[in-house]
Amino acid sequence: MLSVEELNKIRAKKKDIVAMRHHGDKPAKKCGYKYQVLVCGGTGCTSSGSKKIIETLESEIKKNGLEKDVHIVRTGCFGLCSLGPIMIVYPEGSFYARVTVEEIPKIVEQHLKNGKVVKEMLYEHTVKEDGTVISLDETDFYRKQLRVALRNCGVIDPEDIEEYIATGGYQALAKVLASMSPDDVIDILLKSGLRGRGGGGFPTGRKWAFAKASADDQKYVCCNADEGDPGAFMDRSILEGDPHTILEAMAIAGYTIGADKGYIYVRAEYPVAVERLRIAIKQAKEYGLLGKGIFGTDFSFDVELRLGAGAFVCGEETALMTSIEGNRGEPRPRPPFPAVKGLFGKPTILNNVETYANIPQIILKGPEWFAGMGTETSKGTKVFALGGKITNVGLVEVPMGTTLREIVEEIGGGVPNGKKFKAAQTGGPSGGCIPACHMDVPIDYENLIALGSMMGSGGLIIMDEDTCMVDIAKFFLEFTVDESCGKCTPCRIGTRRLYQFIDKVTKGEAEMEDVDKIKELCAHMKSTSLCALGQSTPNPVISTMHYFEDEYIAHVKDKTCPSGVCKDLLKYQILPDKCKGCTLCARNCPVDAISGSPKKPHVIDRKKCIKCGLCMRNCKFDAIVKK
Amino acid sequence: MYKKPAIPFKGTKTQERELREFILKEKDVPGALMPVLQKAQDIYGYLPIEVQTIVADMLGLSLSEVYGVATFYSQFSLNPKGDHRISICLGTACYVKGADKILEALEEKLEIKVGECTPDGVFSLDSCRCVGACGLAPVMMVDDDVYGRMTVDQIDGILQKYISKHHESKKRLNTVAKP
Repeated sequence: MLSVEELNKIRAKKKDIVAMRHHGDKPAKKCGYKYQVLVCGGTGCTSSGSKKIIETLESEIKKNGLEKDVHIVRTGCFGLCSLGPIMIVYPEGSFYARVTVEEIPKIVEQHLKNGKVVKEMLYEHTVKEDGTVISLDETDFYRKQLRVALRNCGVIDPEDIEEYIATGGYQALAKVLASMSPDDVIDILLKSGLRGRGGGGFPTGRKWAFAKASADDQKYVCCNADEGDPGAFMDRSILEGDPHTILEAMAIAGYTIGADKGYIYVRAEYPVAVERLRIAIKQAKEYGLLGKGIFGTDFSFDVELRLGAGAFVCGEETALMTSIEGNRGEPRPRPPFPAVKGLFGKPTILNNVETYANIPQIILKGPEWFAGMGTETSKGTKVFALGGKITNVGLVEVPMGTTLREIVEEIGGGVPNGKKFKAAQTGGPSGGCIPACHMDVPIDYENLIALGSMMGSGGLIIMDEDTCMVDIAKFFLEFTVDESCGKCTPCRIGTRRLYQFIDKVTKGEAEMEDVDKIKELCAHMKSTSLCALGQSTPNPVISTMHYFEDEYIAHVKDKTCPSGVCKDLLKYQILPDKCKGCTLCARNCPVDAISGSPKKPHVIDRKKCIKCGLCMRNCKFDAIVKK
Repeated sequence: MYKKPAIPFKGTKTQERELREFILKEKDVPGALMPVLQKAQDIYGYLPIEVQTIVADMLGLSLSEVYGVATFYSQFSLNPKGDHRISICLGTACYVKGADKILEALEEKLEIKVGECTPDGVFSLDSCRCVGACGLAPVMMVDDDVYGRMTVDQIDGILQKYISKHHESKKRLNTVAKP
């Protein structure tokens, strides 16, 4: 069992090593290493080959006899996933992007052996026109970010508990156990203004207070790591990059509400996160930071891992608990709320990963620090998973109240290929879209709801002019039809009916009266479904219909798809003045729908055409258009 | 409704022993059914009715309860998978970047639909929701290999790699089998 003094000793021992990993060109601290090479081991970079990079790096370093000078660290996600695999060399903070195995020998020899940064391989935005190298923090992508929940991601080795301790890890737990009462903790959380980061934005302090007030011999602390929202990956990155922070926060929660057992419900689709959590739990137990009598007090806390099996509805709190109990993950009516009757019928609190990741910092730095960030009603920062049609795909953490324009244009680097921004989708299948005219609204819980969307877990998908909004609504409905658990009728049948209506629209078979029926059905589903999944399923439809009604009308009245996406409404056409009669399209057409003699303009037989688009892709004269 | 899969159950005694040992160890943990089914799928690759029956008997549950859970979660499969499992991510980020086109092309090339397995058992095709590699969208997975920034043109090359792998391992099996 670890005492607070021993914790501080570990911290002091490892402090210099971690301190070296801060941007800027400070001289190397006395940590014994000349260089530290941080390689991203998150899912994104692992997928693009960071494992091979590490292997090559190790063998090259050995070849050059640099083992004593260079320390390789496999970290969690840096956030800039589109540039993976990513590698950062300290003390300079040189940011090597899209690293290939072939480049490693040069980086090792030139940089790690001879001390010269390989400028041509750096991320282009870290090299200024005059050749000076700027730190990552000064680039557009990172400058506006403020990393609280992600503070350790891409900095520490997530598989080494001592590195977490070196950054001040488990100090918050020590402080709580030594000098605070459960009411003090709740008071701090209430003052900080922290709200749930998983969807609804319920004040965390109030949730904990309810559970504390429920008298029972057994209570539970749960962590929702079932990040089901497609296109969102912030919780995964925290679990992969900083798993101990979740364990620490859960232990604090256990102390506060009087629970000695915690469950983390994590998606099985996140194998890296699952593995790192397993290692973290094992290490925490070995160090006595989980288990009986933590820090010599009489407080005991244990954490168990439960794997989800691919059901979106299990992100809903009561469904998640039903699933941990080993049943079909169907939601239960509330009340009773989980704080009164939750997992195994006992008082339970459930918070999501990002919410927990904020808590140790709030305890250490105080509620005023946290409340100093953000807007009137939404405090702190929010992590967004920026994806879709955007230059810098990745994870960004910004203070609440940052505008969409800042995120898209400055941090995200804008929409690529000279296309125009059309809308941003937030909140996943339960959320809505924000059109270009509202780009300057500060993002917080209330403003997003006022715009007809919601914070959700933080997926932020950017769409450009080539995206059809009706098609996107249909895409989300397809998802919810699949994922509706079937327990209540409004959701089970409503999702399917709604899908059929929207499908009709995309096929040009809908009439204006169908549009009214869609609106009516949406209202019924919202007011009568059992859980948040059914209640929010109509949101993508309502919101796209509200902001892009003209697109719906074009599909219904004019039977055209303005963005050229909905296949049934497309027509391929050969422009006679541009066609040279090269016969390429006719030879390529899989259904022989194109005819014409050589050197004369060709024509497409609409009845035969299957709209595969092969002709248009192959035409060398841009003579084929789709309308 | 449960349809008997075309491929008969080929579970071995060793597999069954491994499953039974795991269940014995776990059966008193509250909510053991999910971890047990996950282990069973690890061992057998899928959850045929024979395996569900073992689970139900040993956990003291009815078969319908086990079947209810096995069919609720998309991770569990009642049908066997191909030697190489292809999975196309249809998360929002991948969809916006055209993952549906990749899926369509695969269905055409393999002449199977999503959720099916090729008649020779080499490939099975599935879609999934977000593997979390949104930075590489659109993403295709074959077994545990992730292929990012996919285009339709790359499909043939990737499939060929696994077809050759498959033939090689078969050849090796044949030579081993021959005295």
